[in-house]
Amino acid sequence: MTDNNYILEAHALNVFYGSFRAVADVNLNILRNNITAIIGPSGCGKSTLLRSFNRMNELYTGTRTEGEVLFDGQNLYDKDVDPVEVRYRIGMVFQRANPFPKSIYENIAWGARIHGFKGNMDELVEFSLRQAALWDEVKDILKQSGLSLSGGQQQRLCIARAIAIQPEVILMDEPASALDPIATLKIEELMQDLKKKYTIIIVTHNMQQAARVSDFTAMMMLTGTESRSGTVIEFDATNKIFTRPSDKRTEDYVTGRFG
Amino acid sequence: MRKTFESEIQKLKDEVLVMGSLVEQAILGSVEALKIRDIPASQLIYDADAHINSMRYEIEEKVMIAIATQQPMAHDLRLLASLLEVSGELERMGDYAKGIARINIRMGDQPLLKPLIDIPRMARRGTDMLNRSLTAFVNEDAEAARLIPSEDDEIDALYNQVYHELMLFVIQDARSIERANWLLWVAHNLERLADRVTNICERTIFVATGEMKEIDASDDEHRVE
Repeated sequence: MTDNNYILEAHALNVFYGSFRAVADVNLNILRNNITAIIGPSGCGKSTLLRSFNRMNELYTGTRTEGEVLFDGQNLYDKDVDPVEVRYRIGMVFQRANPFPKSIYENIAWGARIHGFKGNMDELVEFSLRQAALWDEVKDILKQSGLSLSGGQQQRLCIARAIAIQPEVILMDEPASALDPIATLKIEELMQDLKKKYTIIIVTHNMQQAARVSDFTAMMMLTGTESRSGTVIEFDATNKIFTRPSDKRTEDYVTGRFG
Repeated sequence: MRKTFESEIQKLKDEVLVMGSLVEQAILGSVEALKIRDIPASQLIYDADAHINSMRYEIEEKVMIAIATQQPMAHDLRLLASLLEVSGELERMGDYAKGIARINIRMGDQPLLKPLIDIPRMARRGTDMLNRSLTAFVNEDAEAARLIPSEDDEIDALYNQVYHELMLFVIQDARSIERANWLLWVAHNLERLADRVTNICERTIFVATGEMKEIDASDDEHRVE
């Protein structure tokens, strides 16, 4: 039985790079219309876990995934599921903003057109840019290159581009790590608006950011003695993780004793 | 890693202990000065309260700097928040000592209504509880902190005893009201001191375990037996 409050459920999820098991035995339920943060030291498999939520790992050669990820109850890794379709419904925003070398307008329109969008494109572009809190800044320069924008604007353009495909989930991999504090704050504020419509999962190295923006936090770490694999050691409400975590290793990490 | 932060935290704990011992001395000294009617000694204690207050502000400022610069989480955050609370409790306890000193000064050359026996006992019991509660706090010893608040019952019992005794004086001779009232106020300050010790114990448990719960030490100082 699937509790339909959970939009995504990872069950006994394992991800391998060749023979190396990067992510081990993860069970994680993601609540709809919430922001879930994944934290943990470098190299513990956070991004790998994030990418397994929209089958992005398959774009890297030699990766293999075991276990299942249910999306609205449907296993994303079933044979008859089209990974391209998965990535439309579960969008992704990366650490470095990567707009296409096209106009601001085309950055939004292009993906939607490919995806077969038949509606009013001007409306979709405006809607997406408004959702990404970028409209007021670019409405008069839609024909300019996306690359002419500042780093923070480029990142919001990428969020708008993800939104234009009308996803249900947005995965964010360190979306603000290359941005200054003001641009970071804009992204964080934007996330609070976006979660009303979308579900967000964010990987971040910035503990304060995880504490500020997320509702739930998953703490990952390398465990195991012979071969070290990343796994979720604690998952709880964010307020609890950052004020009274249950696991000593989480405590040590969030207070800066390692990591 | 964390060397700077750890040493800042250690310094803050040391300052709380120093502040605590100043409060203990002030409480014991104010009661002793009253007992032997040493007004100059009370004046010194009265004036020295400003130093206790300034220590509280220093601790508060250091805690705020640590929060701003270290962005503490989990245990560190609980500890820093509790350092604010505990230094605030100590500052208020210092005010009780100052209040007792003021009573001795105000009494001028009027004699004590009765020799002080239970009031010094309250002061000793209270400061002993305070001393142990602060040791538990800096050691983050939840077990020790859990044991201390029940001793508040003894302080309450002593307070009730003082209260009834003073009421007898008042009933016998209405002119003794003012002098009885002074001593009652002294006892009341000492009773409140012990209540604040309970707050320190609650904070200690919070720092150590994350559990925030009121310890139900009996607070009914006017209980009629």
